[in-house]
Amino acid sequence: MVIPSSLKNCFRLFYVLKISAAGFKYTANRGLILQSISSDVFQNLAVEDWIHDNMNLENRQVLFLWRNSPTVVIGRHQNPWQECNLKIMRKNNIKLARRRSGGGTVYHDLGNINFTFFTSKKKYERMENLKLVVRALKGLRPQLHVCATDRYDLLLDGNFKISGTAAKLGRTVAYHHCTLLCSADKINLSSVLKSPYKGIKSNATPSMPALVKNLFEEDPTLTCEMVMDAVAAEYARCHQIDHHITLINPADETVFPGIHNKNKELQTWEWIYGKTPKFSISTCFNMMYEQSLLEAEVDIHVKHGRIEVCNIVLPEQWLPPAMCNELEKNLIGSKFCPSETTALASTLLRICPQNYELHSKWSLLCENVMTLM
Amino acid sequence: MAAVRALRSCSRTAGCLICVHHIRPCSSVRFIKSKYISIFDKSAFKFSHQHTSFRTSAISNGQIVQFKLSDIGEGITEVTVKEWYVKEGDSVSQFDSICEVQSDKASVTITSRYDGIIRKLYYNLDEIAYVGKPLVDIETDALKDVASEEDVVETPAVSHEEHTHQEIKGHKTLATPAVRRLAMENNIKLSEVVGTGKDNRILKEDILNYLAKQTGAILPPSPKPEIIPPLPKSETVPAAAKDRGTKIPIPISKPIVFAGKDKTEAVTGFHKAMVKTMTAALKIPHFGYCDEIDLTQLVQLREELKPLAQVRGVKLSFMPFFIKAASLGLLHYPILNASVDENCQNITYKIGGTYAKPVILPPEVAIGALGKIQVLPRFNGNGEVFKAQIMNVSWSADHRIIDGATMARFSNLWKSYLENPASMLLDLK
Repeated sequence: MVIPSSLKNCFRLFYVLKISAAGFKYTANRGLILQSISSDVFQNLAVEDWIHDNMNLENRQVLFLWRNSPTVVIGRHQNPWQECNLKIMRKNNIKLARRRSGGGTVYHDLGNINFTFFTSKKKYERMENLKLVVRALKGLRPQLHVCATDRYDLLLDGNFKISGTAAKLGRTVAYHHCTLLCSADKINLSSVLKSPYKGIKSNATPSMPALVKNLFEEDPTLTCEMVMDAVAAEYARCHQIDHHITLINPADETVFPGIHNKNKELQTWEWIYGKTPKFSISTCFNMMYEQSLLEAEVDIHVKHGRIEVCNIVLPEQWLPPAMCNELEKNLIGSKFCPSETTALASTLLRICPQNYELHSKWSLLCENVMTLM
Repeated sequence: MAAVRALRSCSRTAGCLICVHHIRPCSSVRFIKSKYISIFDKSAFKFSHQHTSFRTSAISNGQIVQFKLSDIGEGITEVTVKEWYVKEGDSVSQFDSICEVQSDKASVTITSRYDGIIRKLYYNLDEIAYVGKPLVDIETDALKDVASEEDVVETPAVSHEEHTHQEIKGHKTLATPAVRRLAMENNIKLSEVVGTGKDNRILKEDILNYLAKQTGAILPPSPKPEIIPPLPKSETVPAAAKDRGTKIPIPISKPIVFAGKDKTEAVTGFHKAMVKTMTAALKIPHFGYCDEIDLTQLVQLREELKPLAQVRGVKLSFMPFFIKAASLGLLHYPILNASVDENCQNITYKIGGTYAKPVILPPEVAIGALGKIQVLPRFNGNGEVFKAQIMNVSWSADHRIIDGATMARFSNLWKSYLENPASMLLDLK
């Protein structure tokens, strides 16, 4: 629930800032620059949530700098099955997160910097923020040719996307965040952002694939730290505040009361997968069984991440219709998730006739159904 | 209930298929099942962090207000409706979230300006909504006045058909509209509640405490505003993280107050399947056999083998050892690797064939449950105490087919393989 803006929850945060800003002119009442010491996407997204819910930004602006370990972050209204390769991600321990802002899917790693500009809703101005970043980069390396597009992207040399934007507007607070590719792993990026799933019909927000490039490729002397510092300096100059970056620990509940709950919420299955707008998968797959190739068709409708409709069409009499119906019936209501389906399939197997052939056909079918997830 | 982790393994040496289900009752493993259960519990809560209670539709004299989509900024005139947090008939308070709209990469949460009941939604999902045009109709209370300071009294006989009647009593009690609504819904007279806010204002916590006293429910303690004592001025300024000495107001998550409605849901998916299998399983006479296994040597062996496995790109867990030991043990006691048909008339011994892929096959006659590995003190052969890595195992078997002695002998053999991993080499085929 959105807590009405109050300073009470921010007391600890400002206390921290007062202490760490000791020696500097205290301008925290006009603007703040925060940098996260954590590379955990959920902790960092929780900071954004916390600031959005708890800080009074009527006369104050905040810049938040953060980077994450390898993660794919999808927009609020997107479909992860449509946007990324969940299988590769599961294999390589690349996390999946859903952020609260809109927009498309991005790949994060330590070579990709995130900037979040917090303002009151009235002062929400994305283009100004992007121009600030461009000025910072040009100040750092005047030969860099960077510009903002009307889609709020940043392009390098007019061709390559180095930054994407998304925003979240609440009742009184707004934030605009954008990425900046400095030295991200482009191979990982392109492999995880390609969906292998076929036959998806959905109204979820689609992503626009683009050619990307790292700033590092343009100028190998550039590092993430230099870029973050340059943007912070430009921000401080624009808002007439101290060029002082306060390091924050998103796990510190005393400074950010309630942040642990926000962190947990962002990690629930309900949020990450359950918030996917309803979609359907209609496709067919081939199964190899005892030297013959068989074709099966599936039609699955998923709502809130759970299977609502499930139809599987198999070659006639390959599997007793009762077994196939049993599978369809039990999948309904179940999460559209491979581990859930495995558990379901193996449980159902125990009540099926103990026939080796049936069991192997069943397993083959279930494995193939799972590849859709 | 524990998750069922299906394991597939193909023991080439023995030429027979070993499929054992391990049910882990220990808490260190995350269960698919328990997550599923907790999801069911949470399903009663809307994710949008708000609590909306249901009011049965009532004939009311409230006025219908058209809530228009307000300006979003940046000159945006149209947005797409992506999610509704309310539906027609729901009650909303001021500042509750109504819907989520999206415009050009910006996701906007639209919150209500009024207290009242949603009477009409002007758009369906994925439709375009226009700034300045009506988004929803909200029926506000007849005596709607945000700064109202009159007392609210509930007439005793309130049936679902009658609308709630508010009388002005003349005794001024301070409370916000949200608090008043909460009181009204729970049939509480504001005059009976002690207010702890400024000027004896009644806060939400006061209503909840009042309710708790009435129902005897246990609610988390309400947060008391604490004064943080200023730190003594010293040379070294401690960072906030080290600042444990001062008292910090503990944030309390809002306790949820229910109108007392039960929620009935169909049993679906995994639950449904479990119901079937468990009912069938309980018809089989079970017996159990437990033992503890000293895995100290195995732990050492695994540590030695881990780097070798890593070179091959494999993460070495304990499971392969358990499976190997089980597979060797089953060579000696093949009856454990059998299954029975429904009438318990035929036993099928599973013997390997020429298939390419291992299959998940549930054993009908025996199941092993592995506990977690703990470091416990044990006595060795010299009577000295040493640190042993102990794991408990319990076997459950179908008494129609397996006798206790066979189970015990198999378990002992399995145990001896694991306690002396080198002995497995002797029995390898």
